[in-house]
Parts: sequence; structure tokens; C-alpha cells
Amino acid sequence: MSHVETVHSLWTLAAAEAPKKIPGPHIEYVQLSPTLIVLGAALLGVLAEAFLPRGVRHRAQLGLAALGLAAAFAAVVALAAGGYASDKSHVAAMGAVAVDGPALFLQGTILLVALVAVFTFAERRLDPAADGRPVDSFAAQAAAVPGGDAEREAVAAGMVTTEVFPLVLFAVGGMLVFPAADDLLTLFVALEVFSLPLYILCGLARRQRLLSQESAVKYFLLGAFSSAFLLFGIALLYGYAGTVTYAGIADVVSGTTRVMDPALAGSTANDALLLVGVAMVLMGLLFKVGAVPFHMWTPDVYQGAPTPVTGFMAAATKVAAFGALLRLLYVVLPGMRWDWRPVMWGVAIVTMLVGAIVAVTQTDVKRLLAYSSIAHAGFILAGVIAATPDGVSSVLFYLAAYSFVTLGAFAVVTLVRDAGGEATHLSKWAGLGRRSPLVAAVFAVFLLAFAGIPLTSGFAGKFAVFKAAAQGGAAPLVIVGVLSSAIAAFFYIRVIVLMFFSEPKADGPTVAVPSPLTSSAIAIGVAVTLVLGLAPQYFLELAGQAGVFVR
Amino acid sequence: MSFPLLTATAAVPALGAVATAAVPAERRAAAKWLALAVSLVTLVLAATQLVRFDPDAKGPFQLTESHAWIAAFGVRYDLGVDGISVVLIGLTALLIPFIVLAGWHDADPLETHSSRWRPTQGFFALILMVEAMVVIAFEATDVFLFYIFFEAMLIPMYFLIGGFGDRAGERGEAESATQRSYAAVKFLLYNLVGGLIMLAAVIGLYAVTADQLGSGTFSLTEIVQARAAGKLDFATTTERALFLGFFFAFAVKAPLWPLHTWLPNAMGEATAPVAVLITAVVDKVGTFAMLRFCLQLFPEASKWATPVILVLSLISILYGALLAVGQRDIKRLIAYASISHFGFIVLGVFAMTTQGQSGATLYMVNHGISTAALMLVAGFLISRRGSRLIADYGGVQKVAPVLAGTFLIGGLATLSLPGLAPFVSEFLVLVGTFSRYPVAGAVATVGIVLAALYVLVLYQRTMTGPVAEPVREMPDLRARELAVVAPLIALLLFLGVYPKPVTQLLDPAVAHTMSQVHESDPQPAVHVNDAHVNDVEAAK
Repeated sequence: MSHVETVHSLWTLAAAEAPKKIPGPHIEYVQLSPTLIVLGAALLGVLAEAFLPRGVRHRAQLGLAALGLAAAFAAVVALAAGGYASDKSHVAAMGAVAVDGPALFLQGTILLVALVAVFTFAERRLDPAADGRPVDSFAAQAAAVPGGDAEREAVAAGMVTTEVFPLVLFAVGGMLVFPAADDLLTLFVALEVFSLPLYILCGLARRQRLLSQESAVKYFLLGAFSSAFLLFGIALLYGYAGTVTYAGIADVVSGTTRVMDPALAGSTANDALLLVGVAMVLMGLLFKVGAVPFHMWTPDVYQGAPTPVTGFMAAATKVAAFGALLRLLYVVLPGMRWDWRPVMWGVAIVTMLVGAIVAVTQTDVKRLLAYSSIAHAGFILAGVIAATPDGVSSVLFYLAAYSFVTLGAFAVVTLVRDAGGEATHLSKWAGLGRRSPLVAAVFAVFLLAFAGIPLTSGFAGKFAVFKAAAQGGAAPLVIVGVLSSAIAAFFYIRVIVLMFFSEPKADGPTVAVPSPLTSSAIAIGVAVTLVLGLAPQYFLELAGQAGVFVR
Repeated sequence: MSFPLLTATAAVPALGAVATAAVPAERRAAAKWLALAVSLVTLVLAATQLVRFDPDAKGPFQLTESHAWIAAFGVRYDLGVDGISVVLIGLTALLIPFIVLAGWHDADPLETHSSRWRPTQGFFALILMVEAMVVIAFEATDVFLFYIFFEAMLIPMYFLIGGFGDRAGERGEAESATQRSYAAVKFLLYNLVGGLIMLAAVIGLYAVTADQLGSGTFSLTEIVQARAAGKLDFATTTERALFLGFFFAFAVKAPLWPLHTWLPNAMGEATAPVAVLITAVVDKVGTFAMLRFCLQLFPEASKWATPVILVLSLISILYGALLAVGQRDIKRLIAYASISHFGFIVLGVFAMTTQGQSGATLYMVNHGISTAALMLVAGFLISRRGSRLIADYGGVQKVAPVLAGTFLIGGLATLSLPGLAPFVSEFLVLVGTFSRYPVAGAVATVGIVLAALYVLVLYQRTMTGPVAEPVREMPDLRARELAVVAPLIALLLFLGVYPKPVTQLLDPAVAHTMSQVHESDPQPAVHVNDAHVNDVEAAK
């Protein structure tokens, strides 16, 4: 057989078998509808940005975003009600995306958080109007050099950055996939899809633009670095298992299947690859949750980003990233818990302690909340480490409780203002309780929830994760957690002292009267905090039912 | 379903607190009357509990209520009272109206405050909130439920201490605000750390029950029954660790030396009614919880720890009394006296004799009433002069004889003069302790001598002698103040002569606790009598 004939026979063979060999991917559109709705709304938002006149854009974008998120949430609820959270749960989209209890619970949480966050994005009454036009927290024209002519012109022309709404929707789209990703490549793509819009959003602050841009650059550089680690880890894991699907890797880990790809014969089931690969993937995820020692970006980014973005990021990113972390650890590595447990123990312990101790020295509200978020990441890790279904559901509950407290707290931060914009330096908050008792009381409720005082959602969440940790054999973690809670309580209380027991300063900040948008965001935060504190049973049950991962 | 009396007793002040807080800024007087009315309704409910409580009934708890709450944590909304808690609820409900009355003007706003700052509403709402939480802590038979309110009551207490103080006087507003907020933070941190350590123990308790019973539970009755039936068996170290976790929190709250240092600050800086709220009401939760939770959940560990705890309580008695002798500040003196008295209470609880525990529980009531009387009169005195220093007074009895007289009676009750209520309880504690630990009983007796010293010296320096210049125009007690003090003094006299109405409620509960610890009273030492009997028999 000549060379030409060989090629010819290949062609003909291919031509004959092509329709059978490469079937179109089977996509369960209905089960992926939450993500698809959000991304669709994001695309519509981009179109709206291009074609709608400037005057109606803000309203249209807000409506579109809210509608998209609400519809996606409805889709999540419908899926959960349809049994996809329990008996019908399976892996959709050719093994790329899981539709199961944890995924749906986390997606629902992310969507609700995003919905509330969008309200704070749309707030336009807090900043004094520029040239008679109401403005929001975002730069008039992000590309203009801070303090330059272009910026002045943009402000004079009354430009506003309504692109933030599609950007948020894209980020949410990525976040919805992230905790549901069932193979490593989907995980990586989802990570990038939600990270890139966040990098941009961080740099969009109207006030203190240099600080904001600096934070965006820091976030981007460190984020890119962690993505690289993640990707490298994925490559190593592929070398180990010959596949990137979670189930496939898990099978190789447990030894039930052995991939015999001749190209990978030298590396398959090589434990060194597995350990290094998992370590690198974990690094990428721990960066996103802000665990020590991958937390360095958190305070700077939280401080520099526009406060509504900080609130959104602090709440939603954490939910998505912990979701992904849970799935990775529970689905891929259930058989090798003892290999990653000691490391995760160490990470959890230093995260709790460093977050709590460093927070004590902070003088800026946003940095304080950043370090507190690090400490909370440590508490959540304690639940993750439990490695029981109880651990999963406790983490799910904690994330839901924590994200609404965070959103509410940052929304309050946007209200306290002086001539330079938000007055985030703690000394300026002195005596706030005398001047605006209601705002101070609301912030105190959030702080008490952060501190885990009973009758708030923070306590229920903390109890849930510590209980799961204790039952999962991590009693020392509970002790460390309790001690760092005590340290953390100190600085939350310090802020309360400052607000209520210090004399107000003569040139202190004023509390701006927000529009119903921010008010309702704060009200929702308070309501969730109290309801989850007083009557958490329904939500605990919900989280309990959602505690099983599909494989 | 019968009327949920226990829930109502806690719910009325809680709702009253919300209503009081919602009173508009300019209707300050209405807020005060509302708070007083709410506290009286609560008192009626507490009295109803006392009436409906049957001291001779079988079973540990009465008037029980039980509802599912947080199933995921094995937590139930379980309420129930035994003789001890029903009496302490009565004490709480009794003292709150007096606290409200005594603090009638303590939270009137200064002119400098903005119109949106509503301290008066806040003050009375916080007091009612504390009452609600204390009541439910006394009623809870679910460890988790108890813990929630044990911790949550810190927050309103914290605002009461830090937000309201005596008129600044010579120290100046800024300095006294700093001191106050220091005291409030110290109070909160001490108690919060104690509470968080207890939280670890609470979680540990859940883990043990979940491990051994199949499903975790916090129900006191269930755990006690499971232990009795042998279904639940703590490993020795586990039981000790859990006991220490619980005891630490209660020892901070009670407070026991060396965890007491927050109390003098808090009582010194808070207004007198709030100081009474701390020492007479909130701190009782600590000693009460030792009896209800430490002894009943962890009997073996309790016995194991007894020697150390006895020593600590003896140190408390002597240390508190000695420091009280040395105080120059009236309120701090009373605070140190309280530390000494809490030492007696803990001593009685851990002497593990019927008399000791009866005395201790009775002491909780009597200490509440006598400290309230002394502290509130002291508060009236301080508000007249604007100073807490003993040296700033002298000869008050010549210008304000009624004030001086009530102060003396309160003081005499504090030093346990026979005929006044605390004497009975202190005597019982000493007898109960002596019958098992003669040395400890003997050492504790020194505390009584020191008590006489600090009370009488205080009285002598402030009330007798030449009339100090700033005191010359001091008015005597007003009708409102008299209405606060007179009933308390009447009660001290009554219970001093006839404590039976209280003891007959307490004794069955004490007997029950004793049986939980598998402890019985030591037989009287009868060697001499034995010898005598032998002699007599030999003579026959």
C-alpha cells in the first residue's frame, strides 16, 4: 500500500465515520440555565451600553441586572425543587459542570448576594451631584488619567460608568460555574471569567482613584500569579491521572482505575505529581479565599476598591471559592485526606490567628473588615477540614450567613462620609452612635455578628463549623478558633466603643441619607443576620440536605 | 396547651424593651413609666410561677415547655424551673422595679446631646432586655439555649456599663467617659473569653453525646438520665476538660478570684442601679449555673476539682474582704464585698453538703437583696454629693438621718448581722462547710470578722463625726428613693427572722442536686459519744 493510498483510506474512513465519531456535545441547557441566564443578561447589558442613550442607561442596566439575577435565582430554586439537589443530581455538560446540592445552594447564595450588591452599585444619592447630575461610586471615565483633563471633561460631560453592571454579571456568571466545575479546565476557565471583571471593577473608584488603580493592579498581578500556579497544578494532575475530570482523578487516586495512556505511562499514578499538583491547585484556590499565607492582597484590594465592589467581592468571591475548594477536596481527594489534612490544619490555624491578631492594629474600617474576612476564612476552613457531610453543610450555612453580614457592613461604610468621600479612618467614626444612632446600631449588629455573639447569624455559623470540626476529629482547631474569636471580638468591640462611648468630633463625618437601594440592601443584611441567628433551623436543614456532592 | 408561663415571663420584658426603645425622643417620662409597668407585670408573672410551683412535686423540673428549635444542632427550646431557679427568677423580677425606680433620673439626657440621641429610652430598654435574658437563662434546661442567653446578655450589660455613668463631678466628663468605656470593655472581654471557652466545652459536650447516644443532645434531663442509665459515659479526662470549660465561664461571671478584676471596675463606673443589676442579678447566673450545669452534668469532675475550687473561694472571701477594707471608693468597696460574698456562695456549693448548698442558694437571694439595698442607698448618697470617695463625706447622719439609717441597715445586712436575712445563709454555709471541711470553715469565718470591719468603718467615716462642708445642705431621701429602699429593708428583716418560705422551695432542689452528685452529708463525728455509749454498755 502506497503512501498516497494510506492517506486516501484515512480520508475515506474519516469521511465515512465522521458523523458517528464526533457527536455534538450534549448540553443540558435547562440544568445550566442559571449560568446561561446571567451570561445572557450580561451580553444584553453590553449591547445596551452600546446602543441605549446615556440618559436611560443607568435605569435600564440596573433593571436588566436585577431581572437577570432574579430570573437565574428562580431557575436555581426550580432546579432544586425539581430534585436536582438530591436524587436527580448529576454531572451535566459532558462532565464539565455538576448539578447537585452544594452547587445549587452556593449558586443561590451567590445570586442573592449579587442581587443585593447590585443595589449598592446603583446607589446615586450618596456622593454630591457633579454639575447637577447624580453620580455613583464609580469613575466617570475609567480610562482617563486621574486628575487629568480627560477626567475633568468626563465629569463635566456627566459620564457614568454603567459598564459595571454587565461586568458584575460576567463575574457572577463565572462564580456560578466555579463551585460547580467538575473538571479542572472548567474550574480554570470559570476562575478567569469571574476574576477579570473583578480586576476591572476594583480600579473604577470615583474617589481616590490612584489607590483604586493600585489595588486593581495588585489584585491582577497576584491573581495572575495564583492562576499560573493553578494552571501548573492542573497540568501536573493531568500528568498524574491522564484526565482532568474530578471523577477520573478520584478514581486514579483511589486506585479503582488505571489510565493506560502510553504517552503518560511514565507519570500515571505517580504520587509526587499528585501531591505537588494538588498543592498548587489548592494554592490557587486558597488565594481566592484569602487564606494565610496567600492573603497579602486582601487588605490593599479591599481598601482601594470602590466600597460596593469590596462588599460584593468579599461576599461572593468567598462563597464561590470555598465552593470550589470543597468540591475539589471532597470529590477528588476523599481517599487521601491524611495527606492534605495536616497542611490544611496549618493553613486554618495561621489564617485564624493572623487574621485576628493583625486586625487588632488596623485603623481603617475597610482594612479592618479585610483582616476580619481573613479570620473568617480560617473559621470556614475549620469546617472544610471536618471532611464530613456535616462539614459541608456547616460551611454552606456559614457562607450564606457571612456573605450577607459582609454586604451589609460594607453598605454601611458607604454611608459615613466627609468632604473627601467615605470616611473610612476609624478615628472619624468616633461618636457616630450619638449622631446617628440608627446607623451605628445597624453597624453594631453586623459587628456583633462578625464577632459571633449569640442571637446573630455569625454565632449560628460559627457553632456549625466548630461543631463539625469537633466531630470530624479537629478538636484543637476548635480551641484555636475559640481563642482567635476572642481576639477578634476585641477589635469588633473596639469599633463599638468608638461609635457609642466616644465623644463625637466637631469636624466628624456625616451620615448620608441613601436612596431606597442602599437602604434595602442594609435592611436585607440586618434581616438575614437576625433571622439566621434566631431561627436558623430551616436554613440549616436546607444546607444539610445540600451537603452531598455528586461524582 | 396550657399558658406558657415561663416563656411569658421572659417575653414580657423583652417585648417591653422593644416598646420602651421605640418611645419617641421627647416622651422620656412615658418611657420610664412604661418600663416600670413592664417590670411590674413581669413581677406578677414571676409571682405566679412561685404560686404554681409545687415544692413537693416529683421530677426535677416543673412548668416545663418543650419545642423543637434547631434540629440540626440537637437544640430544643426546653424550659423548666426547679426550686432554685424559680426563687432566683422571683428575685430578679423583684429587683428590677427597684432598679428602674432607683435609676429614674440616671439617664436623663444632658443638654449638649443632639436631639436624636435617646439615652433614657435606651437605658430602660437595656435593663428590661437584661431581665428577659437572665430570666430565660434561669429557665433553660437545654445547655445550648442557656449558653445563648448567658452570652447574649453581655451585650446589653456592656452598653449599660459603658453608656451610662454617674454625673462626672470633679473628674470631668472626658476622664469619666474613658474610665467607663475601659470598665465596659474589661467586663465584656473577661466574660466573652469565659463564654468562648465554654463554647468549646459546649461543642465538646455535643460531640460526646452525638458519639455515644447516636444523636447529639443538649437536654440537661436527657443527659442526666442517660448517665444514670449508663448509656452515656464520659472518659475521665473528657469530663474534666468539659467541666473546666463550663466552670471557667461561670467563675468569671460569679466572679471568683483570680478572675474577678472586672467587677470592681464595672461596679465602680456604672451607675448604682446598673451595679446592682450586675452583682445582684447577672452574676447570680454564674453561681446558679455551677449548681445546675457543672454539678449535674459533670458530677465526678466536680468532686475532682472541689479542693482547688474551695481554696479559690476561700481566697475570694479573704481577698475580697481585705481589699474592701482598703477601698477609698464607696462603690468599689461594695464590689469587693460582693467578691467576698460570692466566695461564700461558691464555698457552699462545692462543700457538697445539704446545709452548704441550701445556704449557698439562700445566700444568692439574700446577697441580692442586701447588696441592692446597700448599693442603691450608696447611689443616692453619691448622686447628692457627686463623689464616690469616702473621704468626701462625714456626719451625713446629722443632716440626712433616714438615708444614714437605711445605709446602716444595708451595711449590717452585708456583714450578716443576726436578725437580718444574710445571717441565716452565711451561717448555713459555714456549718455545711465545717461538717466536711473543718479547716475551710474556720478560715471562712475570718471573712465575717473582716466584713464587720469594712462595713462599720465605711459607716463611721461617711455618716458619723463632724458634718463635712459639702454635705451640709444634703437633702434626705425623697419619696421615690424611700419607696425603693423601704421594701428591700422590710424583706431583709422578714427573711432574717422567717426564711422558711424560701428555704422550703430551695431544699428539695438542693436535695435533688446532691443526689445527682451521688453525695450525702457526712455523718456527724461521734467518737466521743460512741465511747460514752460503750462505757454505758460496759457499765451495764
